[in-house]
Amino acid sequence: MQVLVTYDVATEKDDGKKRLRKVAQVCKNFGQRVQKSVFECLVDQGQYEQLLRALVKCIDEKEDTLRVYRLREPKEQFCRHFGVKPSMNFQDPLVI
Amino acid sequence: MHQLLNTLYVTTPEAYVRLDHDTLRVEVEGETKLQVPLHHLGALVCFGNVLLSPAVLHRCADDGRSVVLLDRNGRFKARIEGPVSGNVLLRKAQHAAVADSNRTLTIARNIVAGKVQNVRQIVLRAARETDDPQDSAQLTDTAQALANTLKLVETAADLDQLRGFEGEAARRHFATFSYMVREERTVFQLNGRSRRPPRDPINALLSFLYVLLLGDCVAAAEGVGLDPQIGFLHALRPGRPALGLDLMEELRSVIAERLALTLINRRQVTPKHFVERPGGAVSLNDDGRKEVIIAYQKRKQEEITHPVLEQKMPVGLIPHVQARLLARVLRGDLESYLPFLAR
Repeated sequence: MQVLVTYDVATEKDDGKKRLRKVAQVCKNFGQRVQKSVFECLVDQGQYEQLLRALVKCIDEKEDTLRVYRLREPKEQFCRHFGVKPSMNFQDPLVI
Repeated sequence: MHQLLNTLYVTTPEAYVRLDHDTLRVEVEGETKLQVPLHHLGALVCFGNVLLSPAVLHRCADDGRSVVLLDRNGRFKARIEGPVSGNVLLRKAQHAAVADSNRTLTIARNIVAGKVQNVRQIVLRAARETDDPQDSAQLTDTAQALANTLKLVETAADLDQLRGFEGEAARRHFATFSYMVREERTVFQLNGRSRRPPRDPINALLSFLYVLLLGDCVAAAEGVGLDPQIGFLHALRPGRPALGLDLMEELRSVIAERLALTLINRRQVTPKHFVERPGGAVSLNDDGRKEVIIAYQKRKQEEITHPVLEQKMPVGLIPHVQARLLARVLRGDLESYLPFLAR
């Protein structure tokens, strides 16, 4: 399934910056950055649970917000992209 | 049934593949070209001078993700595998079956029958689609000869005879292979199969596609816990993935040869994608290889209905399904091996 992860992490204090880095890294492990605090991840049910658990562990629920949306598929039909840095599909042939 | 995992092909010389947490990062001259989460990848294939960090190798070994090293032309060099796992009882059954000449012959016979039947299908299809009556006649002849061989296959008394019928079918097929080519016939002329090295563009293209397909067949055998080196039709030789070759036999035409023809006939692969080396060896150049890999990966994602299971699945899963069917035969759950037959 395709999920969209968005977050706001309060970064006034140093430990906030640390949390921000951690959340971003977890998202990278499961998907790709499409905007600054927005990631798209293609995961199965098990990976989805892992992702949620890892994310919730990183954030401070008193200060930060985390929202995870399930995207409607097929994504090509329901997601439009304008501007720079289009996302890539990890299911496509990967040739470097 | 597991999901079809993607394969990362690294063809850029001097590329550096490193582990970044749970992702792979490919860098070229210090610049990140690609970052992929590991959970999308089932295999990593590197062409020629590609650097892999030790962390990548260790992680892939831990997860059972295969790492395949090929030379720049796509010739197989090495495969890095983690500890042997899978089902020891299944492997024992496989060894017992290969020691039993009757069972070996039965399985090998079905593999050859599947191969000849599938080859015949693509020949017949090309005969139907061509506008040239002479091509059509040649191809129809070949199809007839293949039909005759198919009958003989059933009567094969031993493996040597069976291999003889298979060789005969292959020879007939490649003798008229060029009649299926519609574009650039003067360049894409196949005068019999040549390999190590391939001596003309079609042979180079076919050899390259077979390498890609064999990698997938070996991975499929390993995926169900079979020993990829213990084959039935192919003789056992040190280092030879005989079972991978067995599984590939019936899929050569369905996956590799049809794709080769499509690429040529749609002009996706043209004479400019090949280089001739001193000594007469012909191989794909960098652009050509990329074109073929992309087409191969796309072909694997196309949906096809498996005639035995009557279930829709991506083409790339067929080797895995066939390996599973074979495992069932070896365990004794299934009477005889059912090859994949294309419609």
